[in-house]
Amino acid sequence: MRPAVALLVAATSLLVAGAAGRPGTVGAPRLLSQTGLYAGHAPGVDPRNLPFTPQYPLWSDGAAKSRWVFIPAGARIDDRDVDAWVVPPGTKFWKEFAFGGRKVETRLIWKTAAGRWIFATYLWNDEQSDAVLAPPEGVPDYVEIGPGKRHTIPGVSDCRNCHEDEHSPLLGFNTLQLSTDRDPLAPHAEPIRPEMVTLRTLLERGLLRPVRKELLESPPRIRSATPRGRALLGYFTSNCGSCHRATGTLALLGLDFSHPESVRDEAAEPGYATTVGRTGKWGIPGAAPGETRRIEPGAPEKSSVRYRMVSRHATTQMPPLGSVVPDQEAIDLLDRWIAEDLPRK
Amino acid sequence: MRSTRGALCFLAVLGSAAAVAAPPASDTNVQRGAYLVRIMGCNDCHTPMKMGPKGPESDMTRMLTGHPADLKLPPPPDLGKGPWVWTGSGSMTAFAGPWGVSYAINLTPDPETGIGKWTEKMFIDAMRTGRHLGKGRPILPPMPWSGIREATDRDLKAIFAYLRSLPPVKNAIPEPVEPPKAGP
Repeated sequence: MRPAVALLVAATSLLVAGAAGRPGTVGAPRLLSQTGLYAGHAPGVDPRNLPFTPQYPLWSDGAAKSRWVFIPAGARIDDRDVDAWVVPPGTKFWKEFAFGGRKVETRLIWKTAAGRWIFATYLWNDEQSDAVLAPPEGVPDYVEIGPGKRHTIPGVSDCRNCHEDEHSPLLGFNTLQLSTDRDPLAPHAEPIRPEMVTLRTLLERGLLRPVRKELLESPPRIRSATPRGRALLGYFTSNCGSCHRATGTLALLGLDFSHPESVRDEAAEPGYATTVGRTGKWGIPGAAPGETRRIEPGAPEKSSVRYRMVSRHATTQMPPLGSVVPDQEAIDLLDRWIAEDLPRK
Repeated sequence: MRSTRGALCFLAVLGSAAAVAAPPASDTNVQRGAYLVRIMGCNDCHTPMKMGPKGPESDMTRMLTGHPADLKLPPPPDLGKGPWVWTGSGSMTAFAGPWGVSYAINLTPDPETGIGKWTEKMFIDAMRTGRHLGKGRPILPPMPWSGIREATDRDLKAIFAYLRSLPPVKNAIPEPVEPPKAGP
């Protein structure tokens, strides 16, 4: 079912040494076990690597995920910009993806000592004993995850697509994602286990500088008129906000799903202000010109955000990569928010 | 199909060579971009074709403006199971196939309908990744981005510089259309 590991190794070495100017994984070790994740061999994770779980996870077709961060001894995260943490050189993040109880891939984001970001993906072998560096172009349709549905291993350019905007490459590791004021309606959120780090434990361990006591006294949360609104605006930040924000490449679309920590009410949340009752350039197929709103209160069927979340056709699906199965839990939540919670004009 | 495309490419090269206003001589980057756009056949799809006395030819009065906004097309013909699987408009700016319907975009720097708000990085990322705006939906057939991605940064920057040097033309391109049975 999977390409032979030996073939992937050969392909990897060819592609890493490939065309100049193309994204690559130069500098990434060949094996996951060489990246520092494990204390020896899998699955024994080095205790210096801190597990964490974001409260608004990215939808990845139901993959079971595990995440760890390594912060070099004595180093601190710079949180002067509360919306864009700066991690110290040497910091590494790993995210492991499993389907059907088997580990499929583990992704590495590594800020090197020189401050350069390395993005790499490792493919688990059949024995589940180690994983080998994937080709920088990724592996389309790598493994079946359901009837007619196959998981694609992202290429480095895909990684950079979401993680390398000028705002911050960190998507699941920030004040909102690690807040202890957890959102009970957040789709697919996992409980915080005792060994996991949170915003509180990072502050208590002195891993954030400057120390922001206000984050302990009033843990970050999205303030919304309804619990469903809170959960959805949070969901949008992690599933849409890496690309759709007021700064960066797609700013020209005027669609912003970011969550600035300074925002204190729902109407000012960019994910609300740029969608609810707002008309975008894109119209739902078959709809009369001007009839589509990004989110139309009371009318999920006229809401383009919903249409594109439901679609898994390449032309229209959102997010445009990383998923082949719609997130039904989030869609159901959105439907009820639009139909029951949002005030109609 | 390939020979027809080659012929159209040849026609486009001739037409564009004759009609493109020379960029400022001092800007060699723009000049190189103009040269690359001509030889890479960008006009084949991004400049509408019109019927001339000797057959289809590029309408250079609409150079690189993409699918004409005033050219409203009916739904594409149903080609069944093939072997013909895709069709194109007479303007050579709209194409229908298994991917749906795609339209050649406006490459002039009009801020609202063209690439006037694009950055150089967006353009390069789009050509490298095959994604609209550098990080959106896939760029659709028949755009040959998988060949263009092999271009050097220098050449892609030159192409972008040339496109940005063109006079902006307002021409809103339709959004691509899903195949008939694709909806959510």
